[in-house]
Amino acid sequence: MKVLVCISKTPDTTAKIAFTEGNTKFDENGVQWIINPYDEWYSLVRAIELKEKDANVIIHLVTVGAADAEPIIRKALALGGDEAIRVNNSSSDSMVVAQEIAAIAKEGAYDLILTGKETIDYNSASIGSMLCALLDQNYIAAATKLEIDGTKAIVTREIDGGEETAESNLPIIVSCQKGMAEQRIPNMRGIMAARTKPLKVVEASIQTATTSIQQFDLPAAKSGVKLIDPTQMDELVKLLKEEAKVI
Amino acid sequence: MVLIYIDQADQEVKKASLEAISYGAALAKQMGTNAEAIILGTVKEDLSQLGKYGVTKVHQVANDSLNHFDARVNATVTAEAVKLAGADVIVFAHNTNGKAIAPAVAVKLNAGIVTGASALPKTDNGFVVTKTVFSGKAFASIKIDTPIKVITINQNSFGTQSTEGTATLETLAVSVPTSSIKITSVNKVQGEIPLTEATLVVSGGRGLKGPENWGVLLDLAKALGASTACSRPVSDSDWRPHHEHVGQTGYQIAPNLYIAIGISGAIQHLAGVNRSKTIVVINKDPEAPFFKAADYGVVGDAFEVVPALTAAILKSKASA
Repeated sequence: MKVLVCISKTPDTTAKIAFTEGNTKFDENGVQWIINPYDEWYSLVRAIELKEKDANVIIHLVTVGAADAEPIIRKALALGGDEAIRVNNSSSDSMVVAQEIAAIAKEGAYDLILTGKETIDYNSASIGSMLCALLDQNYIAAATKLEIDGTKAIVTREIDGGEETAESNLPIIVSCQKGMAEQRIPNMRGIMAARTKPLKVVEASIQTATTSIQQFDLPAAKSGVKLIDPTQMDELVKLLKEEAKVI
Repeated sequence: MVLIYIDQADQEVKKASLEAISYGAALAKQMGTNAEAIILGTVKEDLSQLGKYGVTKVHQVANDSLNHFDARVNATVTAEAVKLAGADVIVFAHNTNGKAIAPAVAVKLNAGIVTGASALPKTDNGFVVTKTVFSGKAFASIKIDTPIKVITINQNSFGTQSTEGTATLETLAVSVPTSSIKITSVNKVQGEIPLTEATLVVSGGRGLKGPENWGVLLDLAKALGASTACSRPVSDSDWRPHHEHVGQTGYQIAPNLYIAIGISGAIQHLAGVNRSKTIVVINKDPEAPFFKAADYGVVGDAFEVVPALTAAILKSKASA
């Protein structure tokens, strides 16, 4: 079975969010980069678990980004995976990214494509769904469990207010979230092995973006907390009713 | 025309879709056009009543097999239906199903898409949609450059407005592909409002010290009619079920009222709740970072403050 895991580079979860060039660009100054947590903790680790159960599983990683994404993809290789592909396209338009991944997916004829349920920078949650249309394959979003049984995938996904389990033949695209697997830390052996794993660079083939970012803004600062004495809960209820008007 | 996708589960229209209609109707008015809706499958409700939220027509692909959600099938049918109905903008709720199909529909229609919109687009010079990015820590204004546009709207960000009006019904004849996904089981948390739809949420953190102490929080939630949530350490320790975890890697919610009890307010937690309209923080540590993001704060012992707050709410309800 061939698995393609989509990897995105994102700022660390605690990174300070600031913008430059007249609020048109994310300020990368001093930012630590990580593998998008949904891609790493859930989809990549789940793929590695599948390989640990079945040595015939082959894991390829793909990222769409400039050369500065390579440390991230090497770190992913240190966790596991057989080889990686970087598509040299720095577009932030999901449609462009999805088309680049679709081209790689078509060439590799994968049985299973895993993505994170969203990235923590642009929060688009779009790549899996776009691949579904571009590849005309089954897609299950926001999955919390995934088992492979021969040529069949058994997937549990989040629905509003609960969970739903479904079966589908391979190939399938699954976007992964919490529940799928537990975070791992790369060990020294993995880090050493990652240095010699193949990392292929493919030139960009899609240039036409459908969207463009005009401007970033930070949320208005809160006007400041109003402290209420712990013995004055009637006062808090009154404020929630009459000032905030939320109860 | 602005076309709004109506999501359904168990043959009932999802609440998030009513907000999407309100948003789509306001957008249509702004663009000087009309708003219509599309629904796949059959529901129990009288669809003409969706007119109350501002649509003049509801297009329906009334095939029962569509009552089971399959992203590939729904996206295919939706795209074909949109081609028949014609639309300049297609609006989805940014809920589980909306997220699963809106990007696929955008691909099929060669449309640009912005997911997670937080406000109405600016349409005076191009078509610019504001969305939350960096898990709610910032906004981005994104221009869509294609003739057809797709938007998903963040839940609880626009509100649902209803007035008078009825919609006409039109059945669309679209061929429906056979689903190759077999749903084998559905587990719903009975009798609870899904967190993403809740308007009032009471949430607990490590400050409550253990699952056996959750009673004070549950009593408060019951008095308010609120849903319950928790921080990541609490769900990781299995004090509370995983589906209650709110934060960057759990649910991102936007209720009218979020009461945080014994939660310090790490940046990853704030990312899941900072779109709440009003935040109340109860914590015995006056230095807890959450107070900086709060509207109201109570510095005190949760085991004294929370029961007092519950009593105050019950007293207020009794006198109302």
